[in-house]
Amino acid sequence: MKLISEKGVKRLLMITAFSAISALLLIALFIINEGLPFIFKYGLKEFLFSSDWQPHLGKFGIYPMIVASLWVTLGAMLVGAPLGVAGALFLSEYVPKSVMNIIKPTIELLAAIPSVVYGFIGVMVLAPIIRDNFGGPGLSLLAGSIILGIMILPTVISISIDSILAVPRSYREGSLALGATTWQTIHMVTIKASKSGIIASIILGMGRAIGETMAVIMVAGNSVNIPHSPLDSVRTLTANIALEMSYATGLHRQALFATGVILFIVIIILNSIASVAIRKRMVKK
Amino acid sequence: MRIHPRYTQGGAVAVLGGATILTLMILVFIIFFILEKGLPVINLNFLTSNPEDMGRAGGIFPTLIGTILLPLLAIIIATPLGIFTSVYLSEYTKETKVTKVIRFGTDCLAGIPSIIFGLFGYIFFVITLGFGWSIISGGLTLAVMILPTIIRTSEEAIKSVPKSYREVSFSLGATSWQTVKKVILPNALPGIVTGIMLSVGRSIGETAAVIFTAGSSLRIPSSVFDSTRTMAVHFYILAREGISAENAYGTAATLIIAVLIVNLSAYWLMNRFIAKRS
Repeated sequence: MKLISEKGVKRLLMITAFSAISALLLIALFIINEGLPFIFKYGLKEFLFSSDWQPHLGKFGIYPMIVASLWVTLGAMLVGAPLGVAGALFLSEYVPKSVMNIIKPTIELLAAIPSVVYGFIGVMVLAPIIRDNFGGPGLSLLAGSIILGIMILPTVISISIDSILAVPRSYREGSLALGATTWQTIHMVTIKASKSGIIASIILGMGRAIGETMAVIMVAGNSVNIPHSPLDSVRTLTANIALEMSYATGLHRQALFATGVILFIVIIILNSIASVAIRKRMVKK
Repeated sequence: MRIHPRYTQGGAVAVLGGATILTLMILVFIIFFILEKGLPVINLNFLTSNPEDMGRAGGIFPTLIGTILLPLLAIIIATPLGIFTSVYLSEYTKETKVTKVIRFGTDCLAGIPSIIFGLFGYIFFVITLGFGWSIISGGLTLAVMILPTIIRTSEEAIKSVPKSYREVSFSLGATSWQTVKKVILPNALPGIVTGIMLSVGRSIGETAAVIFTAGSSLRIPSSVFDSTRTMAVHFYILAREGISAENAYGTAATLIIAVLIVNLSAYWLMNRFIAKRS
């Protein structure tokens, strides 16, 4: 009697263990099922590389949105990656552990602030500053990049700190014993040893930036055009889905799901690269 | 030209320290900015009365209900699945190809943007299963979204239970399941609860996944098949459509306070857990 229930428990646990992966497959299946037929019907090349997005005329070219997403993400990386990695190095190498244990969770609170609040701060504080100092509409590629750069900070900082702390102490001691300063040790030893983890943190941050929606809708301006300067208003792939989903029907709705398919593929690729990089670090350790 | 190490050291401290201070200042600024503008709007009447005129006047009572119900439903569904998954991964199996696939799937699910969850929830729960824009559609979508967080934090918590506890339990003749139930889960509980609370925090602030699955009705729901509007969605609509800056700040401040309370208690619990362990 007891033996049977023990087996039953194991079977039940095994089934639930597949819940996350089944959810992932279900998501992929339903998004692809809704979006892929459209891509075949409309033509992948026309869909990806045409700049003509006029749903009411049956024109669905997402090229401007792709360019906008890439620029906003690149901008977010330029803001978030150096700031985040610098913060991670400072907290793990220069600050006593007790202080780091207070500051790290405080910075992780940044991740808890809802994205709509970031968007609102962008609209109320950042956009007017940009408008007054640099011209343009304020709600722009630049504003979107800065807000997203801030939003990815907790991801970059906390994963970088974990990988920096995983560098064996003896490496640092060896370098310090040779008379190197803390900074020399950092840039000649610590960064090299924790490189793959730091890169993983930046790639995961990139995934977050590409996928972020609400904050970008609020601050980036949302005009469908290929930006010529950082001060131009842009609409990203995610913003396009969220803005038009509420009223889209038929082919138009399928085009938005097809945009979701593209986004899904990009995110899975980024996550796979990051997880390989993190695993490489673990193996080395 | 070679710069003396003393100066590079000083420069590095200034630059790296400056970056850290800047990050902290941004965080403090965001919280203070919202609270300074929003706190004066919040009073008992704001929290307990219905919005009037699309939210131009009145309070946010129905959105409080939505903000409590959706995350609650999400954790009711995701918690058992997440805990069982982590128990299976850490207690019932060795590292195999299968566990690697499960872990990779969990990591991927964690990286999926919320707009994709919104699209999925809409096409699956709202349309295919016919739940409509409702609490149940929104709750299920959020459950899928927070599942990876619960799996990961539960696994960490279970791993941190000392091996000797298991050995003692097995040596007394307990089965695996008895050991899990009586020894491992009770000891891992604070860690698991921390993960659940972080998930609640994320669900409270979520907008993109909720707006396409739970809708944005301002009526007080009478069943799980009714549409509802969460605070985050309400705030988004107020701010984006320029309905009322004052009420937008009030809603944002309530939202921030709720998220801070949930997250800070999660950290407090985690610290107590770590202190007890070591």
